[in-house]
Amino acid sequence: MRRRSIGWLELYGLLFIALLYGPMLLLPLFSFNDSLYIAFPFKGFTVKWYEAMVQDSALLAALRNSLSVAIPVSIVSTAFGLLTAKALTRFRLPGRRAIVGLIMVPLVIPFIILGIALLTTLRKTFDVPLSLWTVAAGHILICLPFSVMVLISRLEGFDRSLEEASLDLGESAWSTFWRITFPIVLPGVVSSLLMCFTASFDEFLIAFFLSGDGATLPVFIWSQLRFPQKLPNVLALGSCILVLSFLLIAIAEKLRRGGIPTEKHSGF
Amino acid sequence: MAADAISSGAGQEPRAQRWSIVLCRRLRAWYLGSDAARGYLLLMPTLAVLFALLVVPVATLFLTSFCTQVYFKIDCSFTLANYATIFEPSGEVGYFLGIVPYPEMETPIYAVLLVRSIWMAFLVTLSVMLLAYPMAYFLAFRVTRNKIRWLILITVPFWTSYLLRAFAWKVILGYGGVINSGLISAGIIQEPLSFLLYNPTAVIITLTHAWLAFAVLPIYVSLEKIDRSLLEAASDLGDSRIERFLRITLPLSMPGVVAASLLVFIPTVGEYVTPTLVGGSSGKMLGSVIQSLFGQANNQPLGSAVSLVMMLVVTLLVCAFLKVTGSKLKAREVQDA
Repeated sequence: MRRRSIGWLELYGLLFIALLYGPMLLLPLFSFNDSLYIAFPFKGFTVKWYEAMVQDSALLAALRNSLSVAIPVSIVSTAFGLLTAKALTRFRLPGRRAIVGLIMVPLVIPFIILGIALLTTLRKTFDVPLSLWTVAAGHILICLPFSVMVLISRLEGFDRSLEEASLDLGESAWSTFWRITFPIVLPGVVSSLLMCFTASFDEFLIAFFLSGDGATLPVFIWSQLRFPQKLPNVLALGSCILVLSFLLIAIAEKLRRGGIPTEKHSGF
Repeated sequence: MAADAISSGAGQEPRAQRWSIVLCRRLRAWYLGSDAARGYLLLMPTLAVLFALLVVPVATLFLTSFCTQVYFKIDCSFTLANYATIFEPSGEVGYFLGIVPYPEMETPIYAVLLVRSIWMAFLVTLSVMLLAYPMAYFLAFRVTRNKIRWLILITVPFWTSYLLRAFAWKVILGYGGVINSGLISAGIIQEPLSFLLYNPTAVIITLTHAWLAFAVLPIYVSLEKIDRSLLEAASDLGDSRIERFLRITLPLSMPGVVAASLLVFIPTVGEYVTPTLVGGSSGKMLGSVIQSLFGQANNQPLGSAVSLVMMLVVTLLVCAFLKVTGSKLKAREVQDA
């Protein structure tokens, strides 16, 4: 049945990957092109757009803003996600399904609705001024589902008898946690941190609604898209962001899918 | 008298203390004995976040939709006028994928945009499924080595900046963009093709590309779960490869397809970034209108009403879809996916 060596499916697989990555690779490709216009033919190799990028103070401020949102957001989301995943995997909870459903809701609501709902509530109801804090609040909401998903599959795959054995053999609860639970859960935690960081760092729409004066990097990019002469800088910046996100997520996925090699958890 | 009062007070204090100790012990025993109590205590932070940042905002949106915008203030005496506006005929002609369906008819602009958004989201979902399914099939049945590496390769693009991926398509399809300049310098065309960008097709291509990476996984998971002996049985009993696929593989992988379709369809209806970047006026979607109602147009109550109608219609469609496909998609499957 599966004797055919190279069939159309293999070809399709390769084509699919090319299709997936092709458009994204254009950004780094043209970021080294010595021309204001993103068009063929190539004019020559240059790194001047990267030089311009690191001297742009507005860009660096936006980068700082993005980092100061994404780092705390990833830590808080992962901490809350860990508590939630523990509650959902260790205890018999009435209404478990409803809670899981509620946590996943932000994934299936268009972000624009989350954005305007948060905007209305924060501005009109609570009268909170827009700032990086409000962006962070919105990002925690969208990072939680990812964190909970990653950590639940990590905790579900982990054999509880290991903990019990450690306790039976006379280890204290504290050392059991450090010697058994922590090493097993750690890859999930790191994976969740990286995913939440990337999700928050790359998120545009919610930040667009909820950021006040301090734009995050995607909001900054959006504002630059209107000016044709700024496009090469955006290309250079975009290439850096793509490479960074790619590396972080590849590490996160590797950690998440490695370790416990069960097919059941190899899905999303 | 005074001594009496002191002694009785002193007598009551230990009793109250004893009571509180008993109460504490009972609470502790109940807490340790009850999974629910311990579980919910751990859930508190998450539930607080969800309440403050999801439940309250959606409720606020709901309440705001019955208000009226008066310049910079919002007057919250109850009215249904916003909902009436959504379905009210306006002078604007409705474009439908670039085609004007009823040029003579005055169409309600919001309702038309809603229908167009849903139609475009449907087309995006359909093309994503058609492209993602063979890939998922390939991963589940053909890839034997380095499976995790393939999975990572496919998942990663979904996590990279969505804004940049949409922007890449603008660069590709633009008037002076990659395709046009490439074709011109290859000598195939003389003038740039102007029909590539700023239309619904550009939006559909960009969104399809954006969701492709995401849709493969749920389908892959459901294909991976299929018991291989069923396939062997079908072949042994004389089914051809195609019959076997149609009768066993496809039906058994439907839960994944349904989950993936919903995860693509629902957020796409409210899309804002892609239509704004590559859609032009004919590729405009409802998200742009919602954004402008909360921005320049400054009519938050109407914007709230439009958002809620959109969510309601999408929810109804999803329920109908689930009913038709007959699969009782449970929260668990979405979670697995």
